[in-house]
Amino acid sequence: MDYEISLVTTIGITVMFALSLNLITGFCGQISLGHAAFLGLGAYTSAMLCQAGMPFLLTLPLAMLVAGLLGAVVGLASLRVRADFLAITTMGVGFIFIGVVRQQEWMGGEMGVTGFPGSGLGKTAFMALCLALAALTAGVSLYIQRAWMGRVFKGIAEDEDTMRVLGIDVPRYKLAAFAIGTALAGAAGGLYAQNLKFIGPDSFGFVESVTVLSMVVVGGIGSVFWVVVAAALLSALPGWFQFIGDYKLLVYGGLLFLMMRFSPHGLAGIAARLTQLLKPKGVAGQGAKP
Amino acid sequence: MFFVELFAQSLVQGSIYALIALGLTLVYGLLRILHVAHASLFTLGAYIGVLTYNATSSMALTLMAAMVVSGLSGVAMFRLAYQPILKQPPHVALIASIGLFIAAEECFRIVFGASGLSFTNPPLQGQVQLFGGLRFKQAELAVMLGTALIIGVLGWLQSRTRIGVACQATVSDPQMAESFGIRLNTVRDLNFLIGSALAGFAGVWVALLNNLVEPTMGSVPSYKALAIIVLGGLGSVPGTLMAALVLGLVESFGTVYLGKVLDRNAIAFAFLIVVLMVRPQGLFAKR
Repeated sequence: MDYEISLVTTIGITVMFALSLNLITGFCGQISLGHAAFLGLGAYTSAMLCQAGMPFLLTLPLAMLVAGLLGAVVGLASLRVRADFLAITTMGVGFIFIGVVRQQEWMGGEMGVTGFPGSGLGKTAFMALCLALAALTAGVSLYIQRAWMGRVFKGIAEDEDTMRVLGIDVPRYKLAAFAIGTALAGAAGGLYAQNLKFIGPDSFGFVESVTVLSMVVVGGIGSVFWVVVAAALLSALPGWFQFIGDYKLLVYGGLLFLMMRFSPHGLAGIAARLTQLLKPKGVAGQGAKP
Repeated sequence: MFFVELFAQSLVQGSIYALIALGLTLVYGLLRILHVAHASLFTLGAYIGVLTYNATSSMALTLMAAMVVSGLSGVAMFRLAYQPILKQPPHVALIASIGLFIAAEECFRIVFGASGLSFTNPPLQGQVQLFGGLRFKQAELAVMLGTALIIGVLGWLQSRTRIGVACQATVSDPQMAESFGIRLNTVRDLNFLIGSALAGFAGVWVALLNNLVEPTMGSVPSYKALAIIVLGGLGSVPGTLMAALVLGLVESFGTVYLGKVLDRNAIAFAFLIVVLMVRPQGLFAKR
C-alpha cells in the first residue's frame, strides 16, 4: 500500500507541474524549455522556509509568490523574442538557475538540501493534499480556458500579430500566462520537496524541463484532459517499466520521437482521429435510413 | 602571459564550438529546425574515431571514417526523421529531435558501455612552443588549423560553385529556387551530409583532447551550440563563427572572474540572454 500511496502522490505532483506548463505553452503558445527551474524555485523556497521553522502549508503560497514573480520576469523575455529564440532563452534560464544554486553554499550547493522539517501530515493525508491541489489546478485551467483570458491566450498562440491589430494588450496576457503558470509550478515544487525530503540542483535540470514539456506535447498541446492523462501515464511509466530497467531512457526517448513523428498532435490527436474513424459509420448508417 | 594563454585556450574551445554549430546553423537556415540531435552525430564521430584509431593507428583514416559515418547518419536522420514532419509547427520537430537525442545517448551507453572508451595510444600529444612562451598541444593546433581550413573551403564552395549558389538560393527562397530547377532534397541532403560530417570531425578532436569518449559527451555541446547559433542570428554562417569564438572567450574569462557565483554553462547562457534582450535578432544578424 505504501508503494501505491507514494506513486499516486508523485502522479498528483507531476500532473500539477505539467498543467502549469500547459498554461504557458499549451494555452498561450509560448514554448518553455526551462520550466523545471520554477519547480526548483518553489522547492527551494519551501524547503529553506521549512528549515527556518515556518509550517509547511504556509510556505506553499510563498513558494508560489517567488516562482510567479521570477516567472513574470522571464515572461518579459517573451515580449522581446519569439518561438525558437524564446525556446533557447528559457533553456538558458534553466541552466542559470542550476548554475546559481550549485555555487551557493547556503542553498546546499552541489549536495542539495535535506533534513528539513516535514509537513506534519500523514502519508495518506499528504497524498490527498497533492491530489486536491492537482484537481484544483485542473479546475483553474479549465476555468481559464473557458474565460475571456483563455480565448485571448488561444488567439496569441495562433496569431499574435492579429491579436495586436485587434487592440488586445498582448504583453499583459503573455506576462499573465507566465506568472500564473510559473506560480503553479512553484506550488508543485513545494510539494515535490516535501514528498522526496531531498532536493538538489540536478533534480531541476534540462532533462526535467524536457520531460515535463514532453508530457504536455504527448498529451496534446492545450488539451487539459489529455495532458492530465499523459502526465499520469508518463510519471507512472518508469515504475511499470522496471522490467526493462536499463533501457528505460531509450524507450522514453524513442516514444517521444515516434509520437512526434507519427502523431504530432499527441494523444488528443489520436483520440480525435479515432472518433473521426468511428463517425463515418454513424453517418453512413444515418444515410442508409430511408 | 596569463591572459594570452587564456585567450589561446578560448580559441581552441571556440574552434570546436564553431565546428559543431556550423552544421546546426546550416540545418536551421534551410529547414528552420532546432536540430538538437545534431550533437549525437558529434558523439558518434568520436566513438568511430576512437575505434578506428585503436584499430589502424592512422589519423587520416580515423578522420575519414568518422566524417563518413557521421555524415551518412545525418542524411539518414533527415530522411527518416525530419522530412516527414517538415510541414508541422516548429515545436514538433524540436521535441522529436530531443527524443531522438535522448534515445541516441542511451544507444551509445548500451552498445559501448557507460564508462566510455579512450585511445590506447593517443597521437599528437606533444607540446609545441609558439611565439616565445605560448604552449599548445599538437592536437590543439591541429584543431584550430583544421577549423580555419574547413571554413575557408566551405566559404569558397558556397560562393564560387554551382551547388554552393544553389544552397544559398534555397536558404533565401525555397520556392523560387525550386522553380529555377534546383532540387530541394539534394540541397537538403548535402547540407545534412556536410554539417554532420563536421560534427563527426569535431567529435574526433574532442575525443583526442580529453582522451575520453563518453555516451553523454554530446549534451553540453548540444545546448551550447544552440546558444551559439542563436547568438549568431539563427541561420547565418559568418555570424555563427563569430559567435562561437566570442562564446569561447566569454566562457574562459567569465569562469576566471565569475566562477564563484556561476558555473561555466550558466555564464554562457547569462551572456546569451543579455545579448538577446539587447539585440533580439542575435549579435551579428542584420534586421
